[in-house]
Amino acid sequence: MNELYQNSLFAGVTISLLAYALGMFLKKKLKLGIFNPLLISIVLTIVFLACTGIEYDTYNQGAAYLSWFLTPATVCLAIPLYEQWELLKKNHRAVILGITAGVLTSLGTVLILCKLMNLSHEMYVTMLPKSITTAIGMGVSEELGGYVTITVAVIVITGVLGNIFGELICKIFRITEPISKGLALGASSHAIGTAKAIEIGEIEGAMSSLAIAVTGIMTVVLASLFASFL
Amino acid sequence: MKYLQQFLLILCISFVGEFLKYVLPLPIPASIYGMVILFVGLLTGLIKLEQVKDVGKFLIEIMPVMFIPAGVGLMESWGTLKPFVLPVSVITVITIVTVMAATGICSQWVIRKEKKQEGGAANE
Repeated sequence: MNELYQNSLFAGVTISLLAYALGMFLKKKLKLGIFNPLLISIVLTIVFLACTGIEYDTYNQGAAYLSWFLTPATVCLAIPLYEQWELLKKNHRAVILGITAGVLTSLGTVLILCKLMNLSHEMYVTMLPKSITTAIGMGVSEELGGYVTITVAVIVITGVLGNIFGELICKIFRITEPISKGLALGASSHAIGTAKAIEIGEIEGAMSSLAIAVTGIMTVVLASLFASFL
Repeated sequence: MKYLQQFLLILCISFVGEFLKYVLPLPIPASIYGMVILFVGLLTGLIKLEQVKDVGKFLIEIMPVMFIPAGVGLMESWGTLKPFVLPVSVITVITIVTVMAATGICSQWVIRKEKKQEGGAANE
């Protein structure tokens, strides 16, 4: 039995999806934001692996097939974007200004906090690309000489936290326009935040998808400039 | 056949994205190139919405579960992350709030200003 799930290609994915389904069920029943299906599935899967002693690499042999779908799924984010093209054109000023403000705030906040906490240059450049999508963020961190493993971890945590608390943060700051909500989710927590934006609505999803691409590219350009500040 | 054709087209675009990533010396992932290609394709009419819509919507709907392996991967990077956990947590939490607020408030300010102008113009 032990040998079976040590070598199983399906155990990992099945556990992940089961945990996700359980998370969906809990969210529906309890209507509490903290019962975020993504968070629950990650935590339950980690607990399961820890209890059974299955290595992450073994789990990932099967689970990697889930990650494999990320590229085609991200490509498809162009679909909601296209469907909202008229709205996007009409509001291009708001979109450009909002995303630019988000990118500058992200880089600026990291700079100020790293200065305040006296962190090293390596740690600073590790944190700089934290708000953007993993694939771009890894590249930025590597190029600037950061710790790529930590960058990836922080990007994932940022995404999950944004997915969980995004709606609450929007509420606190009275961000009610669907366009602004979407941009805020995408600019602060990339694709994982976008998954939440799509759940909220079509406009939110489209704007969030756009924000992933634009913030990613803007950060590539601006991060090397910001890297020289500390 | 409908689903197969749609999936095939999406995979082709993903592959062209990989190709661009390979030939262009930029830190931009294949998925972003692919997203731009599909978007331009749809805008120009080279790709019809019906050619990607069903499979595309399905992939987008199940997107959250694709992040589970990356999240579970945190258990692997925990060792590296542990010594920096306090500063990293502080930066992560504060930045999410500031970025969301800045993006949301700025764009909302412009949207409302433009709506007012439009309303004003209509009343004249």
